[in-house]
Amino acid sequence: MSEVISREWEESFEEIFEGAVDESNPPVKLFEKAYDGAVIATSYAEILLNQALRKYGPEQPVGYPETGYYLPVIRALSGEEVTKLSDLPPILNRMRDQIYEEPTFYNARLCGEATAYAAEMIEVLHYLEGDGFHVEPWTGFLGDPIVRRYGILLVDWTIPGQAVIVGKAKSTEDLAKLVQDLQAKGFMIFLCNEVIEQALEANLKMGVDFIAFPLGNFTQVIHAVNYALRAGVAFGGITPGNRQENRDYQRRRVRAFVLQLGEIDEVKVAAHFAAIFLGFPVITDQELDEDHQIPNWYVSNPNYEDILKVAMELRGIKLKITEIPVPITVGPAFEGEAIRKGDMHCEFGGTKTTAFELVESVGENELEDGKVEVTGPEIDDVEEGGRVPMGLVVKIFGRKMQKDFEGVLERRIHDFMNYGEGLWHMAQRDTIWVRISKDAKAKGFKFHHFGELLVAKLKDEFPSIVDRVQVDIITEEQKVEQELERAREFYNERDEKLRGMTDESVEEFYSCSLCQSFAPNHVCVVTPERLGLCGAVSWLDAKASNEIDPNGPNQPIKKEGLIDAEKGIWESVNEFVYLNTNRSIEESSMYSFMDRPMTSCGCFECIMAIVPEANGVMITTREYGGDTPCGMTFSTLAGTVGGGVQTPGFMGHGRAYVLSRKFISGDGGLARLIWIPSELKESLGEELKKRAEEDGLGADFIDKIADETVGTTADEILPFLEEKDHPAMKMDPLM
Amino acid sequence: MSEEKKKVDPRRTIDPAALEVYDKNQGEKESAYDRYVKMQPQCNFGRQGICCRICLQGPCRITKKADKGICGAHPYTIVARNLIRAITGGTSAHADHSRHMIYTLTEMFEGNAPDYSIEDNEKLYGVAERLGMSREGKSDDDLLKEVWKQAVEDFTSLTGDPCKWLETTVVPERMEKFNKCNVVPRSVHTSIAETMGQTHMGVDSDPVNLIFQGLRTALADYTAMHIATDISDILFGTPKPVTTEANMGVMEPEMVNIAVHGHNPLLSEMIVRVAKEMQDEAKEAGAKGIKCMGICCTGNEVLMRQGVPVLTNFLSQELPIMTGALDAMVVDVQCIMPGVQAVSECYNTRIITTMSHSKIPGAYHVEFTEEHAMEKAREVVRLAIEAYKERDPGKADIPDVKHKVTAGFSFEAMGELLEAVSPGAPIKAITDAVDSGQLRGVALFAGCNNLRVMHDESHSHIIKELAKNNVLIVATGCAAGTAAKLGLMNEDAVEKYAGDGLKDFINKLNDANSDKLDGNKLPLVFHMGSCVDNTRSYDLTNALAEQWGVDVPKVPFVATAPEAMSEKAVSIGSWCVTLGIPTHVGVVPEVTGSALVNGVAMQIAQDVYGGYFIWEEDPEAAVGKILNALDERSWKLKVHKQVAEKFETELSKTW
Repeated sequence: MSEVISREWEESFEEIFEGAVDESNPPVKLFEKAYDGAVIATSYAEILLNQALRKYGPEQPVGYPETGYYLPVIRALSGEEVTKLSDLPPILNRMRDQIYEEPTFYNARLCGEATAYAAEMIEVLHYLEGDGFHVEPWTGFLGDPIVRRYGILLVDWTIPGQAVIVGKAKSTEDLAKLVQDLQAKGFMIFLCNEVIEQALEANLKMGVDFIAFPLGNFTQVIHAVNYALRAGVAFGGITPGNRQENRDYQRRRVRAFVLQLGEIDEVKVAAHFAAIFLGFPVITDQELDEDHQIPNWYVSNPNYEDILKVAMELRGIKLKITEIPVPITVGPAFEGEAIRKGDMHCEFGGTKTTAFELVESVGENELEDGKVEVTGPEIDDVEEGGRVPMGLVVKIFGRKMQKDFEGVLERRIHDFMNYGEGLWHMAQRDTIWVRISKDAKAKGFKFHHFGELLVAKLKDEFPSIVDRVQVDIITEEQKVEQELERAREFYNERDEKLRGMTDESVEEFYSCSLCQSFAPNHVCVVTPERLGLCGAVSWLDAKASNEIDPNGPNQPIKKEGLIDAEKGIWESVNEFVYLNTNRSIEESSMYSFMDRPMTSCGCFECIMAIVPEANGVMITTREYGGDTPCGMTFSTLAGTVGGGVQTPGFMGHGRAYVLSRKFISGDGGLARLIWIPSELKESLGEELKKRAEEDGLGADFIDKIADETVGTTADEILPFLEEKDHPAMKMDPLM
Repeated sequence: MSEEKKKVDPRRTIDPAALEVYDKNQGEKESAYDRYVKMQPQCNFGRQGICCRICLQGPCRITKKADKGICGAHPYTIVARNLIRAITGGTSAHADHSRHMIYTLTEMFEGNAPDYSIEDNEKLYGVAERLGMSREGKSDDDLLKEVWKQAVEDFTSLTGDPCKWLETTVVPERMEKFNKCNVVPRSVHTSIAETMGQTHMGVDSDPVNLIFQGLRTALADYTAMHIATDISDILFGTPKPVTTEANMGVMEPEMVNIAVHGHNPLLSEMIVRVAKEMQDEAKEAGAKGIKCMGICCTGNEVLMRQGVPVLTNFLSQELPIMTGALDAMVVDVQCIMPGVQAVSECYNTRIITTMSHSKIPGAYHVEFTEEHAMEKAREVVRLAIEAYKERDPGKADIPDVKHKVTAGFSFEAMGELLEAVSPGAPIKAITDAVDSGQLRGVALFAGCNNLRVMHDESHSHIIKELAKNNVLIVATGCAAGTAAKLGLMNEDAVEKYAGDGLKDFINKLNDANSDKLDGNKLPLVFHMGSCVDNTRSYDLTNALAEQWGVDVPKVPFVATAPEAMSEKAVSIGSWCVTLGIPTHVGVVPEVTGSALVNGVAMQIAQDVYGGYFIWEEDPEAAVGKILNALDERSWKLKVHKQVAEKFETELSKTW
């Protein structure tokens, strides 16, 4: 993980703008442009809005798809729950009322806010006739699942900030260089206007999977803003409508900046002031006179070589960049990149050849630090489309390394490899499937670069437990088979140990406050049988992380002062949670979602919700966007669950928690589960069957759980549950 | 100030004929060139659009000290109001022209216009079909009546239904855009009246609302223009390729030289007809015969349909009189300089006004009526013959400047030419050529002349440069006039100026159409008609959009008015932008007094409508900007196509 130091802002929000403008020579022309732009934007919005009212009538529902936050800009900044057209005119009028002609910095920011509202309205009107007006890869509005998907990466600063790039760069090559630089640094990128065509022309990796969103043109840039503003409400627990707190949150925690490339017009300037209003600086490649700039806020930097450096400085983003000696770009932006068969040079594993990966801790003298050795054919020996066996053995020595961490580090191989542009990695242990793209081969990627990549990343991210690394890459079939036998002994040993690891068998749990940068009122408690709700932090992960950084986000919590064994309530846990949630959560139970449940930041993979009619619990996932028997979609549910608020009957959690023996054990356990999306059912598969058998529910329990093919309302699924004789129907009442 | 005056050379033209006449006259008789010099320096407040004369408290002009009008009007309100009143002026002029065509039909149905009849029934069928009318069981007259009724409706309706001529001639995406932005005109007259009301003192001060009303009016202008062209074609025939000559050398010393000037074909068509019949009368008067020739867009009308030679274009309209060889200048409406009368006083030329709403003190006035059209035309020709009799042959001095011209390229005629190389999908011939890079795009040259830039220079320079860069060029109005006069509207110009791609494209059309061209070859610049016929070139743009399966803002088509002058140019430019076309104007219009209005025109219009204005007075710089605009669109279209293929989606609708 990159080391990030954020600039601290002690002052109250408006104070951050104090002294920014040279009062003896204020940028009056710039402020006048902002005023003109706000007049244009609000007048245009008014024309479109009243025309829509004429056509559709006041009761016409209005909103974005897949969000529980109404029109997020409006919801966050002034709280209105806009659901129909007639809700909008009074809001627009209020905004028109704050456009003042006097050219001051303060008024320009108000003009910016009004412009943001206008843009939000203009954009949502596009959705009145469905959202089919844009095609892939253009995204338009980004739904809540995408906001949450990157929650964890945002909050742990893996994504160090957001770059909003608007306009057109001087050349496609310039744009490509800039975006690739941002991607290598791991930035989330929003693109608007011609930079999208330039990025497409340069064949840059874009889209949801690459954390680079080609939003669209003109007012569609607002989708970067409504994305950012949802973070405050979803993760930050900030009351919707609390304008100052939301802005403060944006300024402190969402480290966005605007890169304005190419020509600037009045509406763009007004939009720039919307960004400044939220605490985001604007950097442009246009030559601007001194009196057309505001130091730290509106800055001209025509040189592309250092425009990003300037932006990062303005935002206080500092990255420790590790040079990785591989010929491809490495960054989280490429994590979601898929390599289709046609684009592939060669592959390993995936049941077609034998392949495995193993991390083993070794003694000081059993490895040579930094050594990477390939035994067997190299990439040049393999024809296009070839399949190669692979044994990947990573030997680690560290003075603080423990046997328990082998599995933790081994699972990170998946991330590190996927960070490589043109590399694709799936699954783990002896089920891995790895592909190298033709592009990567063309750039000079060799098998031994896998090793270079892993050596660098492991040392970079686990500096306190990894002292020395050696990677052996075996591509010779016989040798792979041989080594695989040895690896399997490791896997079996680990599994044995994990099976025996229960909440009862350990002395301490771990906290996870990784998300507090985004959700200050939330802390996770991670136990061996309940992983973090994001799915990314297991008890062992937390333990390792604590080893790496004893003052970091994962702190041990001694299990002391048992209050309720069934619901999982301990005095020591309560105290820790209370102190670490700004004294907002007094008590919380580990094993109940009905009684003082654990809170959520907003990164949850799943949300469970009570279905009183069925006396059971349903779970929906980030992947499933549809309706559910509790009457709410994932997005809507997420709005009530996130931000560190205790909501009995609703709870965010990780996917793997469903398989835990402690799965809502305080409320009756797995037998309560009455509905899950079929996708989750399939992915849990055999393991869920095994768990059901363990609990005496029978192997066919899984068939008693309804899914969306049965129905998406309580009424639709009840007959099914009755027919299947689902155990929940006969259990003690949940409420 | 005197120094300022000295700086301006009145020889502000590159037309050799005009220069010759101007020089020989030696300032004896004043023309526009001299008056322009006298007028310097011109009012800077007016030029920026920040002089408000809408109420009697004014004029209010915006200065640093007085940054608002007396009523509190912001500069953006003043500029926007002035601008959209100019649009309305232009629209009113086109409406006037178009309404006259409709009146003529009314009179025809009443039996009061015996000299007019349906000349082109194929065109009638085409127009009716486009308007969704069935031909079944109807006589041509019945069908025309139905078309007429719709035209009246489009002119006068107060309901919310959109103008049919607009709705049926643009791609559906455009109408959807206009509907969303609430700029669909109810009718031509309503829009004009609305704008005048909306810009009255103390009504609308919202610049965006004003501009949108201006755009609605501009779309009404488009509607009126399209109706005018359609009815003209029905009554007088749809133009087909025709070859003749242009510039002052077309006057002949021993002929009765009659120039038709103005915009309307209703009378000029009749004059050309009766002139043929009255050759004997001319001979009796001692002449060899009668020769008709045209100035401005009346000239373009009879050039396109009858092959009548072009005498000159707008700015040099006074000069032919100074040759002493012009016997009559018959004018109807629009762009007739009152100055022609004063010049004619020194010569033998009869200035004859013909329209009840367009008169000049001191000029002959022969009131035109539909009922006695031919008779009135004869009366006019007789005046010219009388003048010939009085002409002093010794004084006639005609410059020996003329060029071959091949014109007559209506949208239908273009379609026929293209059909020969791309059967079944004529427009594909152009889209393929653009896709393959043979052509860089299509440019429309429209608009007037304007002494703020050198007469004819911007037109000719930009035409030559775009041709060199393989841009297919169509032209209308006085821009076409320049091309004709300066020898850019014939096959020699193709050889001389076209880039290889354009040359190959035109030659391929030549080879495939040799049977239609009477031994002539296609020109460098395709003349699509008078300025009211600019909708013909929009029809071409729209057809390109349909062929590519895109909305207009994605089409590499650009409009340019390098020497724009009239309010009509303002309204045409405004509908071009609204319809999604980048529009270069070579004379910065009166909007620079408001950064807001200027920003909307040049930049933000593109975000909303796809079209936008480019102000550039330097012709060299304009070439670069026009090519950029075309390249930007081709580039985006190419990227979007590749992306659609890669992602297996429809083409992106963004522009």
